[in-house]
Amino acid sequence: MKNFRSILKVLASMALILSFAHFSEVDQRAEAFTDQVLQHGAVGEDVNELQSRLKHIGFYTGKVDGVFGWGTYWALRNFQYEFGLKVDGVAGWQTKIKLTKATPNAKIYWGGETAGGGKTGGGTTGGGTAGGGATAKPAAPKPAATATNTPNGFSQNDIQLMANAVYGEARGEPYTGQVAVAAVILNRLDSATFPNTVSGVIFEPRAFTAVADGQIWLTPNETARKAVLDAINGWDPTGNALYYFNPDTATSAWIWTRPQIKKIGKHIFCK
Amino acid sequence: MLRGIAIAILVIGIAGTAFWGYQEHREKTAVLINAENNYQRAFHDLTYQMDLLNDKIGTTLAMNSRSSLSPQLAEVWKITSQAHSDVGQLPLTLLPFNKTEEFLANIGNFSYKTAVRDLDKEPLNDKEYETLKTLYQQSGEIQQDLRKVQHMVLENNLRWMDVELALATEKGQSDNTIIDGFKTVEKTVESYTETDFGPAAVNLQKKDENFEKLPGKNISKEEAVRITRNYAPVKNGGEVRVTENGKGSNYGFYSVSIKDPGTKLEANMDITKKGGYPVWFLLDREVNKQKISLNDASNKAISFLKEHDFEGLDLFESAQYDNIGVFTFVAVQDDVRIYPDAINMKVALDNGEIIGFSAEDYLKSHKAREIPQPGITIEEAKKKVNPNLKIMDQKKAIIMNDLNEEVLCHEFSGVLGEDTFRIYINAEDGTEEKVEKLQNAEPIYEDVV
Repeated sequence: MKNFRSILKVLASMALILSFAHFSEVDQRAEAFTDQVLQHGAVGEDVNELQSRLKHIGFYTGKVDGVFGWGTYWALRNFQYEFGLKVDGVAGWQTKIKLTKATPNAKIYWGGETAGGGKTGGGTTGGGTAGGGATAKPAAPKPAATATNTPNGFSQNDIQLMANAVYGEARGEPYTGQVAVAAVILNRLDSATFPNTVSGVIFEPRAFTAVADGQIWLTPNETARKAVLDAINGWDPTGNALYYFNPDTATSAWIWTRPQIKKIGKHIFCK
Repeated sequence: MLRGIAIAILVIGIAGTAFWGYQEHREKTAVLINAENNYQRAFHDLTYQMDLLNDKIGTTLAMNSRSSLSPQLAEVWKITSQAHSDVGQLPLTLLPFNKTEEFLANIGNFSYKTAVRDLDKEPLNDKEYETLKTLYQQSGEIQQDLRKVQHMVLENNLRWMDVELALATEKGQSDNTIIDGFKTVEKTVESYTETDFGPAAVNLQKKDENFEKLPGKNISKEEAVRITRNYAPVKNGGEVRVTENGKGSNYGFYSVSIKDPGTKLEANMDITKKGGYPVWFLLDREVNKQKISLNDASNKAISFLKEHDFEGLDLFESAQYDNIGVFTFVAVQDDVRIYPDAINMKVALDNGEIIGFSAEDYLKSHKAREIPQPGITIEEAKKKVNPNLKIMDQKKAIIMNDLNEEVLCHEFSGVLGEDTFRIYINAEDGTEEKVEKLQNAEPIYEDVV
């Protein structure tokens, strides 16, 4: 009887140790992801990991680029469906654990698929802050994301060109004034009386003084780029203006005849 | 001896300078001629396109068979867009030439809408024939005016560079033949504004809505400031400025700017005078390292909307730009997404603060809607979708169609190859209203050699 009890004890403790080991293993793997919930539009190293793992088991066929785009979204939904999870296209805690379990040997591509120093899943833990640069980075010197979100209908180069124009035209203006100049460019795109392309609007002769005097080719700063993104993403501080001018320097009498909407910084915006 | 050397050096120096100056002068002339030629090409192209436009509209009128009418109207549309791009290359931005451009755009719109229509089912009606006739006559007049300008340009060797100079230097627009010529054209067109283009012209007026549907009384400046404090993350106190809209605005609004006393950051906000609705606000600040996820940020945005009494909204799109999360919400009524009612929000990913909000579209279009029962079922609509598309998701939605009308659609999201598409099938008659290719992430080109 005593013997039996001791055997039971040993067994129980073994089971305990085993189960403990098992749990800790799972925990460790889940920790490979940081604890952030990933959804469409997210960028960062967690997305790299998500894509790599989904690719490893054949759900994702695109490039591992660190941007949670549509390809990743559908892959994730298919995974959730196959593994009996709630199909919502959002990588939450449960999904991440299931995924990590399903892909113990997945090779994670950091900084694009060409980077040599990939780390394998479950190995090192990414204990840093969510998606930030604090995670122990592999040898690859490049940042994790090799791609970037762009608003529908605009390329990075369009944004760059607009940022050039905004910087050349309004770099001394308050931030809202810079968003406003970008918004005018966009309003012109929509308008029947102006060309229909970003380049057409910006390079229209005599449309922007910065183009005429070459200031458009100054290197824009980050603020100008942010202002452009805000305008594209739906902020129009001008009340749908098509023109603006600086009352101190305007040479055209005609511009004064336009109906004025408001003044931001030094510029008067009009229809 | 020494004098001789000095003279020689001077002579060489002068000759060198003269040669250099001559080179510079030649280069400058070459560049000027080049620019001039570009202007000339755009201008003569424009008059040619107007000739062609008049001809084509004329022949359209004489046509009877439907099968030749459609291509002809498409041709008219093509010509107007080319003429439009020619105008865009001339230095006319500061000239009153916009009526003419609008006129061109209207013809383009009209011909496009009629060209893509199934003219067998729905032939041109009497009113549209009338419109075409007036257009024919009007484009003829513009053609004549432009030809006169063209003649003067050719006769007197007028240069567009002089227009540039005239526009750049003078205060009032001085007497420049080309400028005057274009002013005449513009005057001619101005008298046409009454032309009835039918529903095709709505496109140009779409943005003129002026928040008239919004209920409420006019608010005071003080209330506007209070509302701003309610929306923007600024502490009490600080420098406050309130300005009213200018006379040219479609609607009355207050622009409030508050400078936070602690952080010195400025929040800007526009609020409608009537009812005190928030049109947009922006807070300009540096966003530090990301601490919260995009998902957390979207939850913050959702609770912000709830706190400010925006109800019945669904998260439609989210994207992360650097350390800022940008979200689009759309209204949802009876499980139908209403895309015109959109709100944009910006959340800082360092502390989850709402740093931007834009409800302009929402305020302009939101109203209590009667959502009709769909005329066709989702299964029937599915049959209209390209069979190569692997459908992943389906919904009902109200969108703005080509004619700028709100239509109820079955929405299908699907994958074709590597790309994701959203397809809208009219829930009434099964027309494919719109097909959108959703943007993929764009690779960063930094290291491209």
